[in-house]
Amino acid sequence: MLILHCPCCGVDAEETELAAGGEAHLKRFGPGSSDDDFHDYLFMRENPKGVHFERWRHANGCGKWFHAARCTQTLEVFGTYSAQTTEPPQEIKDAITAKRPGWTWREFS
Amino acid sequence: MKHYSAFAVAREALRYHTGWERAWRSPEPKKRYDVIIVGAGGHGLATAYYLGKNYGIQNVAVIEKGWLGGGNTGRNTTIIRSNYLQDPSAAIYEKARGLYEDLSQELNYNIMFSPRGVMMLAQTQHEIRGYQRTAHANALQGVKTEWITPERVKELVPIINLDGPRYPVLGALWQERGGTARHDAVAWGYARACSAMGMDIIQQCEVTGVRQENGRVVGVDTTKGVIDCDKLGIVVAGHSGQLAEMAGFRLPLEAIALQALVSEPIKPCMDVVVMANTVHGYMSQSDKGEMVIGGGTDGFNNFTQRGSFHHIEETVRALVETFPMISRLKMLRQWGGIVDMTGDRSPILSKTPLQGCFINGGWGTGGFKAIPGSGWGMAQLMATGHSPLTEAFSLDRFKEGRFIDESVAAGVAH
Repeated sequence: MLILHCPCCGVDAEETELAAGGEAHLKRFGPGSSDDDFHDYLFMRENPKGVHFERWRHANGCGKWFHAARCTQTLEVFGTYSAQTTEPPQEIKDAITAKRPGWTWREFS
Repeated sequence: MKHYSAFAVAREALRYHTGWERAWRSPEPKKRYDVIIVGAGGHGLATAYYLGKNYGIQNVAVIEKGWLGGGNTGRNTTIIRSNYLQDPSAAIYEKARGLYEDLSQELNYNIMFSPRGVMMLAQTQHEIRGYQRTAHANALQGVKTEWITPERVKELVPIINLDGPRYPVLGALWQERGGTARHDAVAWGYARACSAMGMDIIQQCEVTGVRQENGRVVGVDTTKGVIDCDKLGIVVAGHSGQLAEMAGFRLPLEAIALQALVSEPIKPCMDVVVMANTVHGYMSQSDKGEMVIGGGTDGFNNFTQRGSFHHIEETVRALVETFPMISRLKMLRQWGGIVDMTGDRSPILSKTPLQGCFINGGWGTGGFKAIPGSGWGMAQLMATGHSPLTEAFSLDRFKEGRFIDESVAAGVAH
């Protein structure tokens, strides 16, 4: 079972306590943006086979949102961090690099 | 290809079954093909088959990373139905269901199509309205379905408990001509027919790159070397996104795990397929007597072909309320498959930004039932550049806002 550490309340939460919220760090495009940008924002997801950044909500716990870095191929969790950020903190990136050498952060759509 | 028949069985019985030949050849790839299909699952093989049969294009290779039919074709719960709300979905699924009816005769391979009837239970007021609406839509689409009362449900499924405290059965959408088929046999039958037409099915050969010149596809890099082609069809279910990336475009898809499980064999107790979408569970009894149960999907991206345990627990818990007699059944096997989901839960059958390259994917949780129709439409699209069956499922529907919104129409289970 997937277990994520909630950085908001400090609990190690099991999957049944959590609600998945899709890809994190989306760049938002609204009124006035081009059709292509709006389309990508709405529908295009990174969907990587490997390192993935995603939003989770501690739904049956503190109720707050946070982010997790996870591998979709091995279900390994690299770490969780606050949702109040536009890119993962350095220690998360370091943790991923330690396990996935050569990995690079890229701007998500 | 030697014809299978009762006579052939008798003939082989007399000579100790020494005369059977392999159902399909396993050749080394040629240097060049007119069409390459990536993915030897049901959809890929059906596409190749109808390219050959309907359009005479027989210089075709079907390339497969693993083994033939070893992906979602061999992992589904084998349900076939076409009671969809939206017109484009009803059209392609009904085409598929119609083709399934005489597929065994056409392929000379017993796919064990069993039109035993598919019942979708309404367990909330919302579902009653939804399924009555679907029944009316189906009447207009020429798909034969009907709304039936709880009493009729009980007649058809004596083992059902109509008045469960949490999930009472309030009626059902009934499609008499829906049913099941032997999923592996569908892939094997198409593979045998393709091979007999001279097509090459190349297993254990992974595509590692898509070669292009001036915006046009010219071939693929594989673990067995470069293979040239005029046209390329990507039909790979869970890994559609990875293949699209090789071809230089992106798809509005996310991969998640969908699970199923199967019980120990028991005596015949239920001769229809029952789906309960409110509780994400569906069940049918296989010819061996096993209860085949399909569950829900995980909420997160997953490429592991195994899902979370609590989804099984939820599915089984709800089914036990509706079918109390299964409460002591032992489960034999559980497995997961990677399904690629689009935003509107409808597939993508489309041309792509790369000329000569076509995509067939995004079937999400409902691909098996569509195999013949999907292959038929995809073959037409690849051969002629246009197909009325696939038109509405084009890649640009998201940008143009033409959703085929089955996520609302059909609930979650496909």
